[in-house]
Amino acid sequence: MKFRKNALAGIALAATAALGLAACGSNAGTAPAASESAAPSDGITVYNAQHESLTKEWIEAFTKETGIKVTLRQGSDTEMSNQIVQEGAASPADVFLTENSPAMAQVENAGLFADVDAATIDQVPAEFRPSTGKWTGIAARSTVLVYDKNKISEDKLPKSMLDLANPEWKGKWAASPTGADYQAIVAALLELKGEAATEAWLKGMKENFKAYKGNGTAMKAVNAGEVDAALIYHYYYYGDQAKTGENSKNVTPYYFKNQDPGAFLSISGGGVLKSSKKAADAQAFLKFITGKQGQEILKTGTSFEYAIASQVDANQKLVPIKELQAPAVDPAKLNSTKVTDLMTKAGLL
Amino acid sequence: MTVRFSASGSQSQESTTTAGGGKRPRPPFGVSTVSLLAVLIALFSLVPLGYVVYMTAVTGWDTAVELIVRPRVGELLLNTIMLMVLTVPLCLVLGVGGAWLVERTNLRGHRWWAVALAAPLAIPAFVNSYSWVSAVPSLEGIWSGVLIATLSYFPLVYIPAAATLGRLDPAIEQSAASMGYGPWAVFFRVVLPQLRIAMTGGALLVALHLLAEYGAFAMIRFDTFTTAIMVQFQSTFNGTAGNMLASVLVFLCLILLLAEVKSRGSARYARVGSGAQAKATRIALGGYQLPAQLGMLALTVLAFGLPVWFVLRWTIAGGPGVWAADEFVPALLQTLLYGAAGAAVTTVVAFPMAYLAVRHPGWFSKMLELSNYVTSSMPGIVVGLAFVTVSIRAIPGVYQSAGVLIAAYVLLFVPRALVNLRSGLAQAPKELDEAAQSLGKAPLVSFFKVTLRLTAPAAAGGAALVFLAIVNELTATLLLSPNGTRTLATEFWSKSSEIDYTGAAPYALLMILLSAPMTYLLFQQSKKVAGQ
Repeated sequence: MKFRKNALAGIALAATAALGLAACGSNAGTAPAASESAAPSDGITVYNAQHESLTKEWIEAFTKETGIKVTLRQGSDTEMSNQIVQEGAASPADVFLTENSPAMAQVENAGLFADVDAATIDQVPAEFRPSTGKWTGIAARSTVLVYDKNKISEDKLPKSMLDLANPEWKGKWAASPTGADYQAIVAALLELKGEAATEAWLKGMKENFKAYKGNGTAMKAVNAGEVDAALIYHYYYYGDQAKTGENSKNVTPYYFKNQDPGAFLSISGGGVLKSSKKAADAQAFLKFITGKQGQEILKTGTSFEYAIASQVDANQKLVPIKELQAPAVDPAKLNSTKVTDLMTKAGLL
Repeated sequence: MTVRFSASGSQSQESTTTAGGGKRPRPPFGVSTVSLLAVLIALFSLVPLGYVVYMTAVTGWDTAVELIVRPRVGELLLNTIMLMVLTVPLCLVLGVGGAWLVERTNLRGHRWWAVALAAPLAIPAFVNSYSWVSAVPSLEGIWSGVLIATLSYFPLVYIPAAATLGRLDPAIEQSAASMGYGPWAVFFRVVLPQLRIAMTGGALLVALHLLAEYGAFAMIRFDTFTTAIMVQFQSTFNGTAGNMLASVLVFLCLILLLAEVKSRGSARYARVGSGAQAKATRIALGGYQLPAQLGMLALTVLAFGLPVWFVLRWTIAGGPGVWAADEFVPALLQTLLYGAAGAAVTTVVAFPMAYLAVRHPGWFSKMLELSNYVTSSMPGIVVGLAFVTVSIRAIPGVYQSAGVLIAAYVLLFVPRALVNLRSGLAQAPKELDEAAQSLGKAPLVSFFKVTLRLTAPAAAGGAALVFLAIVNELTATLLLSPNGTRTLATEFWSKSSEIDYTGAAPYALLMILLSAPMTYLLFQQSKKVAGQ
């Protein structure tokens, strides 16, 4: 009998707890909807494939100046571009920012971009934007081979990025093929040297390279002695040096120069969607980040990407753009779909 | 990611309550209403499977073959299968071995060890991976995958095994021993066969987790189908190649489910006859006491101590600066809201299904239940992909809304609620409902006052499990969350991907803190359910 009583008490207690939980639950059940409606309906939505920390710096300054709120959706270049294409006219995005050009070209080709305001275009030199004026460059990043000096002497460095597909480089270098950064380099190669050369390069790469997730991780692997070199973008090195240098103290950057595909300068893009219902605010945001203040954030901030517009110089720690001897590539011609197809075919994706 | 414990415990009760027959109570709702609800839910749960089949059909045979039969898929298949072949047996050895030491030997401090072995479940696998990568930065590939997966998932075997061992009638072992069998022979011939349901169930869970895991393997650069689908998704959002990989993944899941049904067998494990169950005598470990203690210590340190240590270390190294309130407070709130809302909706959705299963068992309710299990065994990434596509094309109005994400959570985690509700309902005999009705209560009133109240504790337990699952869910959340949403898991993931280990640590810590009480509850509950 005693047991019964205890059991009953236990059940009662548990039931009370459950009812409490159920009450919480039902409150919470309505909450996401509430938070949804509480989300700033007056602001703009940015589909962001740029580094989140950089875009957040831009947004903070932009909102402070204009009072326009910005909601972010974070993703990778091609994830976001394909998403926008699928969403079509119903896309919730007002602005699209990328790290590289191919994804911009894709959205442009789908006819989803509005013309960029002339005032914004005027701020950006012609070499850093597509001739079509459907989107604009907002920053730039240079391809670089970071390597371990103790493992590769200077005279053994490759003359061209294409040399990395040769057998003597087997197992020695790293890259992050899943990243938009790397896919942009392949897109440039495709545009510069054609499909056959690109396929051969990807095949050699699959043989030779070690895959890492993210450029920073690839550089870290060079630093830790796991590989001899990594093909990444320049600012991972400078960013780490500016912090603790913990992931780059054994690492030296090497620029291919000579208009080599490996000297490719990738343009980060920004555009306003045709479907945007807040086009004016969206254009204002684009104007802001290519304007003096936005570019100053690039120059002095922690991203170490190249500032390219409004006569703002690049961060002084970087190798000046003029010295990079980058090959001339029209950013509007970079083809991301073809690149992911080729990379899937080569077994890299 | 699914957890289904205590499935073994509920079966015998089900048969005792339903075998009674006798007078039929008037059901509070028409059976047809409940059935209709259950059918609708089951149909809805088949959306992801339908999507995969549809996408494969739309792709066309030639393209599908071209995308499926290629070297890369071979690599992924080999990786995924090797991972299972190595990890599942290791989990079985650690789980069953640990359970046996804790429940059946005079292991000192066995009460503490019993909890310690369940504790790693509170640490999401991707947090575990993050800690291990901090400790050994060069970790990569299959062996690292096996290490991290084993340490993260062996409790999935341990918990049901310990619960079953605690319930087994030791009389059989005693008679086997009295017939001259040595301790080892008793273990392998008597104990182990009785653990079959717990072991197959646990092994299935481990295997499904291995198929579904993304973050833990991505961090150590080990490619499986799930990581490769995520990569395809990030390169093409919704490309054909990713969809074809998903179809192979779903196929693997179905094979696992079938294999489990086959190996579970139809033998009877419940105790028959009257009389009280004898109390188990614990086997003296003797000279094995020290090695057993050391083994327990090593396992606990590796699976629980090391991750917690590194999370704390990074948290402290980051100082107060990483606790940016404007980032972690919203993430915490969103996580709590999604967890609570998801848990509530899932429990409600599971109810008609559980009701049919207990009060009207038969092939029909079995089929409905099965359809839910099939879906929830699919990785979050497949369900996510399906919902993205379906919502964008068929119902654009709900695209990127919180509702779609919650619907995905419901599909992924409904069995957790279902299993608990079923055992709860089974313990609320319909005779009580009848009694209340004969005392003049209307059917609906008696249902609410009697059945629902008696089921409430089980419902709460199920809801807690779902909550735990949602807090630690990564892939579906990444794919489906509304613009601007950040949960603890996605925030942790974005920070740790940028190798910002100190910035990621607070989110890892919060996830562990939220998971710990739920894990304890789960552990307690599995004992209770098995100890009827």
